[in-house]
Amino acid sequence: MQALLALMRKDLVLYFSNRRAVLMSIVAPILIAAFFGSLFGGGNDKPANIAVAVTDLDRSALSARVVASLRSDSALSVSEAAEADAIAQVRAGKLRAAVVLPAGFGERAGGALFGGADKPEITLHYDPSQSMVLPLMRGLLAQHVMEPVAQNLFTHGAPLLNQLREQVSRNATMPADQRSELQGMFDSIVRVQERAASAPAGAALAPSFSVPFTLREQQASSRPEVAYNSYAHSFAGMGVQFILLMGVDLAVGLLLMRRLGLWKRLRAAPLSRGVLLGSHVASTSAIALVIFTVIYAVAMVAFGVRVQGSALGFVLVLVSFALLTASFGLLIAALGRTPEATRGLAILATLLLVMLGGAWVPSFIFPAWLQTVSLAVPTRWAIDGLDAMTWRGLPLGAALLPVAVMLGFTTAFFALALARFRWDE
Amino acid sequence: MQPPVLQAQGFRKAYGDRVAVADVSFTLHAGEVLGLLGPNGAGKSTTVGMIAGFVPPDGGSATLGGVTLAGDARAYKRRIGLVPQDLALYEELPAQANVELFGALYGLPAARLKERAAEVMALVGLADRARDKPATFSGGMKRRLNIACALVHDPDVLLLDEPTAGVDPQSRNAIFDNIEALKRAGKALIYTTHYMEEVERLADRIVIIDHGRVVTTGTLAELLRTLPAPQTLQLDIDGAPDLAALRALPGVTQVQREGERLTIGLDELSAHAAGVLQALAAAGVPVRHLSSGRASLEDVFLALTGRQLRDCHRDPGAHTRCKPCWR
Repeated sequence: MQALLALMRKDLVLYFSNRRAVLMSIVAPILIAAFFGSLFGGGNDKPANIAVAVTDLDRSALSARVVASLRSDSALSVSEAAEADAIAQVRAGKLRAAVVLPAGFGERAGGALFGGADKPEITLHYDPSQSMVLPLMRGLLAQHVMEPVAQNLFTHGAPLLNQLREQVSRNATMPADQRSELQGMFDSIVRVQERAASAPAGAALAPSFSVPFTLREQQASSRPEVAYNSYAHSFAGMGVQFILLMGVDLAVGLLLMRRLGLWKRLRAAPLSRGVLLGSHVASTSAIALVIFTVIYAVAMVAFGVRVQGSALGFVLVLVSFALLTASFGLLIAALGRTPEATRGLAILATLLLVMLGGAWVPSFIFPAWLQTVSLAVPTRWAIDGLDAMTWRGLPLGAALLPVAVMLGFTTAFFALALARFRWDE
Repeated sequence: MQPPVLQAQGFRKAYGDRVAVADVSFTLHAGEVLGLLGPNGAGKSTTVGMIAGFVPPDGGSATLGGVTLAGDARAYKRRIGLVPQDLALYEELPAQANVELFGALYGLPAARLKERAAEVMALVGLADRARDKPATFSGGMKRRLNIACALVHDPDVLLLDEPTAGVDPQSRNAIFDNIEALKRAGKALIYTTHYMEEVERLADRIVIIDHGRVVTTGTLAELLRTLPAPQTLQLDIDGAPDLAALRALPGVTQVQREGERLTIGLDELSAHAAGVLQALAAAGVPVRHLSSGRASLEDVFLALTGRQLRDCHRDPGAHTRCKPCWR
């Protein structure tokens, strides 16, 4: 036990006296997690406005209302520009999209509402590198065009209603009974509009078009009164990433020990293999726990992250991940040949694990097959487990599967490492 | 005579098809320094590794003070100190912390650890640098700290694997002083090196191994006596002496001529040099220049192991020690 503790103490002193190691393991994840956390919503901040340009080639009252409606949307930052200039800005990456309202838009849009063939064509130029903008703009355009067009149709004295009435009466191909019913509907609308216009102010509301529902937005987080804190996810992801990189560093340290002759000296000492490898595993796990504790302490104090779920589950996930890191490091030390080559390959493997684990970007944007593959990645379980115990606020039971999976990986890594470990020089 | 403190018997070790050590046996007594010599790839490091207990032998055994190296070797290992050829130090730990760490690994009680660490730091002349990190030390200071780490648990046997590689003359002499002090204290030491003059100075007995086998063992005087010409007379001459007549002179063991240089091997210079000079004068061969020499351990070494280079590109047996290949 004395030897084990001496080796552990040595590892801890060496690690924490290394400024670079501390910087990489504690300061870097905090800074990057803070950045990602703020990027993906931070507290309750709205996402940054999407910069778009609108080119109004129609210059009608209706097109002006569409532009005004787009301007009023807080999700957008709308500027007006000539079409060529707008497209150039999208190409240059200065704007996410450019909307072109064609000439004749105001005249033809209302008619097209009832299935007219002569639909005006709105052109949407978008930055292909920002593909998420396209579906967003489709939805916003539908909303901001439909509303003024429909309101225009139902406004008292609007010429569009008369135009539609004449269009229907001139339509010789339409069956007479259908034509008669449509004309009756237009007459009814006109009568309602006239009554509303002649009524005293406030006596009745003029009919108007609006979105046929209201939306109550509710975060599905731990409890209704607790807002989602995106820092919880980013600190989990960055903690996992940099602790694995720390495991790689310590593993490379084992390989360097061979090169420097320290391994000979340790093997010549009266130490069992259990003490030699056990001390490495114990010190790696202890360092991982210390680092995660410091990272989460900063996350809690400075960024309001809370363990909304089971505290015991949170600790179990952290301990499991610390053991996973130690076994991963041992496997690297067992498989590696030279420190230089091993460090490069191990960092690549770590970054892949972390990326597939969803630490950088949410895994839901992965293709379906990749989402399935990511279930076989231990980091995915670590991050899911930490999410479950922090902002999702789930009970202990939700930590058990991630813990079990991580311990399974830990066992497999240990077994493989022990089978391949080179004890002798 | 006291029984040996260490007895290595029939050590064998192969790495795949390559036999590193075929048959190595020797004994070591308390207060004795044993010089272990051999060319690159001869099997020295493997032998040291087997004695130290970090290379498991394929055959043979070692016994240290009645404790055999087998199975749980912890009791055996506690009695050995290893000074590896490489500087096996944690460069970012203070010097004395390095010593204390290795003391703790050998089970030194906490109460004794600091005291003993301070003692060995003083022994190697680093007491005033105890709190400094080895990263700030010179090569010689690191070598001395390397020795201190192996001494902290007060071993009976110390294995020194090229302990003076790359150090300045001052540090080398300090290391020699340490070794001589340890010898006087009754420690048994195995000393491997490529510097023959170090072995000549320090070793009580010498073991030369090559191709994994002991090729000779004995004191320096005993080894020198195995040479055909322990002492030589070199003469620059004019004319052509009768070489057969010279070989027939008493005490002459060897006669060789290369141009004007005549080299004559004698078993005892003071007794037989005069006879050689008289014979040359009688034959009318003028001597322009004369010098004498004494055979060295290097002559013994080269006579036994040959002059062929042993780097890995010429000798696959040396591959494991070839640093360019190893890197």
